[in-house]
Amino acid sequence: MLKALQLEPEKCTGCLQCEMACSYENEGVFNPSKSRIKVFNFHDEGRFAPYTCTQCSEAWCLHACPVEAIVVNEATGAKEVIEDVCVGCKVCTIACPFGTVNYNADSGKVMKCDLCGGDPACVTACPTQAITYVDSEHTGLERMRSHAAQSIPQN
Amino acid sequence: MQYVIIGAGPAGVTAAENLRKIDRDGIITLVGDEPEMPYSRMAIPYLLINQIDERGTFLRKDDEHYKRSGIAIVQGKVVSVDQTEKTVGLQGGTKINYDKLLIATGSTPLAPPIPGIDLPGVTSCWTLEDARHIARVAKPGSKVVLMGAGFIGCIILEALAKSGADLTVVEMEDRMVPRMMNDIAGTMIKDWCQHNGVNVHTSTKVNSISQDDGSLLVELSTGHKLIADMVVSATGVKPNTSALDTTDVKIEEGVLVDKAMRTSDENIFAAGDVAQAYDFSTGEMSVQAIQPTAVEHGALAAKNMAGQTQATHRGSVNMNVLDTLGLISSSFGLWMGVTGGDSAELLNKERFKYINLQFQDDILVGATSLGLTQHVGVLRGLIQSKIKLGVWKERLMKDPTRIMEAYLGATQAIGFNADVMK
Amino acid sequence: MSWQRKILRVNLTKGTCEPEPLNMEWARLFLGQRGLATKYLAEEIDPKEDALSPENKLIMATGPLTGTMASTGGRYSVITKSPLTGAIACSNSGGFIGAEMKQAGWDMIIFEGKSKTPVFLYLENEKAQLMPADDLWGKSVWATDELLHEKFQDPLVKIACVGRAAESGCLYASIVNDRHRAAGRSGVGTVMASKHLKAVVIRGTVGVGNIRDPKAFFKATSEGKKTLADNAVTGEGLPAMGTQVLMNVINEVGAMPTRNMKEVQFEGAHKISGEAMAEPRESDGKPNLVTNAACFGCTIACGRISTIDPQHYSIENKPEYIGASGGLEYESAWALGSNVGVDDLDALTYANFLCNEDGYDPISFGATVSAAMELFEMGAITLETTEGLDLSFGSAEALTKAAELVATGEGFGKDLAMGSKRLCEKYGHPEISMTVKGQEFPAYDPRAIQGMGLGYATSNRGACHLRGYTVSSEIMGVPVKTDPLTTDGKPELVKAFQDAAAAVDSTGLCSFTTFAWTLEDIAPQVDAACEGGWSAASMLEAGERIWNLERQFNLDAGLTKADDTLPARLLKDAAKTGPAKGSVNRLHEMLPQYYALRGWSEEGVPTNETMGRLGL
Repeated sequence: MLKALQLEPEKCTGCLQCEMACSYENEGVFNPSKSRIKVFNFHDEGRFAPYTCTQCSEAWCLHACPVEAIVVNEATGAKEVIEDVCVGCKVCTIACPFGTVNYNADSGKVMKCDLCGGDPACVTACPTQAITYVDSEHTGLERMRSHAAQSIPQN
Repeated sequence: MQYVIIGAGPAGVTAAENLRKIDRDGIITLVGDEPEMPYSRMAIPYLLINQIDERGTFLRKDDEHYKRSGIAIVQGKVVSVDQTEKTVGLQGGTKINYDKLLIATGSTPLAPPIPGIDLPGVTSCWTLEDARHIARVAKPGSKVVLMGAGFIGCIILEALAKSGADLTVVEMEDRMVPRMMNDIAGTMIKDWCQHNGVNVHTSTKVNSISQDDGSLLVELSTGHKLIADMVVSATGVKPNTSALDTTDVKIEEGVLVDKAMRTSDENIFAAGDVAQAYDFSTGEMSVQAIQPTAVEHGALAAKNMAGQTQATHRGSVNMNVLDTLGLISSSFGLWMGVTGGDSAELLNKERFKYINLQFQDDILVGATSLGLTQHVGVLRGLIQSKIKLGVWKERLMKDPTRIMEAYLGATQAIGFNADVMK
Repeated sequence: MSWQRKILRVNLTKGTCEPEPLNMEWARLFLGQRGLATKYLAEEIDPKEDALSPENKLIMATGPLTGTMASTGGRYSVITKSPLTGAIACSNSGGFIGAEMKQAGWDMIIFEGKSKTPVFLYLENEKAQLMPADDLWGKSVWATDELLHEKFQDPLVKIACVGRAAESGCLYASIVNDRHRAAGRSGVGTVMASKHLKAVVIRGTVGVGNIRDPKAFFKATSEGKKTLADNAVTGEGLPAMGTQVLMNVINEVGAMPTRNMKEVQFEGAHKISGEAMAEPRESDGKPNLVTNAACFGCTIACGRISTIDPQHYSIENKPEYIGASGGLEYESAWALGSNVGVDDLDALTYANFLCNEDGYDPISFGATVSAAMELFEMGAITLETTEGLDLSFGSAEALTKAAELVATGEGFGKDLAMGSKRLCEKYGHPEISMTVKGQEFPAYDPRAIQGMGLGYATSNRGACHLRGYTVSSEIMGVPVKTDPLTTDGKPELVKAFQDAAAAVDSTGLCSFTTFAWTLEDIAPQVDAACEGGWSAASMLEAGERIWNLERQFNLDAGLTKADDTLPARLLKDAAKTGPAKGSVNRLHEMLPQYYALRGWSEEGVPTNETMGRLGL
């Protein structure tokens, strides 16, 4: 059964351990600006929300890519950017309606969550279990997915 | 069932693949008029700067992909379509039968009516062959004039500048990318180009091009004269509808389609740059000529061609993203705003940062950005989902950079505390 | 390695920003942050210089673990000469800007000279630029933060700045970063404003990558995080209640300074405690506390995010204070609460918001108000002096009004902005100023915790709990329980805590980790990240070296043994209630032994032998 990231903002303290883990895993440096997962700070409400790609079934990024640089990892279901193929045209960054594909000016490529091949570093790093890697059937994820499906109309 | 698709760009290829998914046994023929494997024009600028080889431009990288998917690729130029016989005629006389036909012929560059536009040394930048030619000429020290600073002009601008050529851009309108950027953003992109050593003339036409001692002499409406080794024409494109010249299929700006991507002929569909289709934002039928729309069209057309569902088009959001010498800009939907709507704007000219949001009531309908690379897609999401922003409208009016927070806060997409976030 | 090995030197007089290599020889002796920046300061300025003259320098410094995945690795310190004490100032802050500086590729920024007109520093990776701040001068911290975010159109730029308190010369003005974290003590904000430096704006996207031994680093930091999670204080108490977990505890042991330290227990403590912050209030059924929040990289997350009761008098017609912001920590709750005799939680929260909004230290502010209240009670200041403000102990209105006055430096606020020592001197009663070396006390009465008395008297930055938090041992039993009422063994305890704290403050980590961690837990993390073969012993030695360096700076600045003392009230007037009833602080029993342990002369001067042993 496929697993997916479950994000529970009510548990998040905004420490950014996830962002550091993600950037270290992917870039070899502690560098939140290169993290695929981002924690959003709702300062006036006293809330934090970790957010990243939901690996949505619509895969807007994948379909929008003109050079087939985003592919599905059959083992994890993740939509992965193949860096060598990506030309950096950024079309996927405007196509993803969730804003979770970002352009990295340093590499000239785009970056997005790839579930670390099935062992997400952010999950290990999160001290409050605000990020967990659970069976896709899990209710929280379903809610997220169904929301995604509803909010962004399909053709 | 026999499906014929004319045009091997993203719309055509996507349609072919989707047809195969739905109809395992149908005969699918993809007709393209260029000798290469189906490739992406979007990738040409990266080919010009040697970031990728020609293979890197291919839409699908696996050589066996089409064969394995049972998609026959035919190279040829379509000269006729017979609606009664339901055949497509190729140059050379070959005829292909179809039950359902998709027109995905894309656009062709416009040749502006300028004396000398046909001279050798004047080229468009549209095909791989054009790219090969440009790459041969654009060298350090060579003089290149780029006519047109629209979207296409701008995506090749960087490649031309990086080649080391001495580049001058001539644009008829008063700013760069006038069809995708408002005057503030379009002017900032011009300033940026000039900061980075590219000469830009706006509100300027090319009056004529002539040969002058082995070089080209480009005369501008301002009276300036430029010497050039090459003139690249990127003054616009038009839907390539010539395949339908022999038919009664209704064509306005492009091939008119309904929400099922069907033309006035029930067996003929159109998709991509050639299609004049439903625009999400305006509710009108228009030609968008952008990659994501082409793919949406292709997938949707396939469903309807295969008769699988009554899949109807909710409209594509017009959007673009552009990298002009490192300055990244994007625009979405009704970026020019709507009557009676509100807008929020932040501008920092020195830092080349700009964001402009357009609202109708508390719904985002359009956006423009400069220098924004993070979470920019959420602008599309907010527009296309028509999310009622509620209190987030006012927050965005105050700080339009908080687009992600607005999306997360307004949708409670991830189980947000409703009481606090509403 | 995990230093970036790069310093930014900003000359405000000339308007220049120049990079220079970090002195790695010093880094191996002084580690980073507190220690290393003190070394730079001591080498570069004459300690006798006036703190507010252009000759003073202001250093923002990170530690080698700042910006890494080590838990709490987000700290930075501001090191300068203090205008409040005339001694070394070193104020530590969390939030996010310290890590951002490191992510931008810098270990520290040295500000020198003075700009003719207000400026701010914009630092984006290797690009550093001074920009005009005329439009920001006269604005609060919060307004400045908002305007700068707007200017850069990036929610992720990190901002540290001074508010109106610093601009108007408040001697205990802080530098506030990320809206409600502060380098709070000793008037570091006053120095910043004296240089016409309004703000530091940083965006760092380079990252911290040069970990010496990544495998060992992940092992050590993961183990460290587990230790923090499993510990009752760092794993449960602090996340749930923040430092406010201490309010009722300290009150019960009779160490809660109350009404300008006249008393040691506060009858209203339960109303301003961590427990009270979690109680739903009547007006809207919501508690004061919205959530806990973490600083960069912190797996403890003790930060408080609070709201004020929307119906509270203090924010009537002030919708800008309705939202959530940094809430009461134990120190601010004490200083704004029991020390002024106020038990109105919302008044405290409002005053605390103002401390953040305009950048001044709630400890020194509360203690100064409490001194003013005592002067008022004595009749040394009158309604005339205060322009009609009734400064009676226990008056919430007096507290909130005083906070508003200090924020802008208006009226009687000018007097309150001088700090307790100068205020009491001005009105003829220096004896009621509860200060050491001119700096106001924090929230632990040394009559009930003997070791803290020695710690306060010898702290290099004046009265301070963070230079050697023997409360850990004396009250909480960490790492071993000692009797708070005895002086036996306290010189050793104080020295050990002081040296360890100096080391921890030089790493980039938060001192709150030491509720669960000892140097044995920290050293492997530092060693895995940095070259130099760091062990608990070598870190402790570095701590001692740093302590002596600070001491020497203070002696060179003109401080003497006479400054190593406590106000007479704490030495002569016995605690009236609680477990310490009848007790005074017996500093004289501890100080000579402490000097001897430190290898200092009877005059409190480090001997040549000591300095030589420490390589100073």
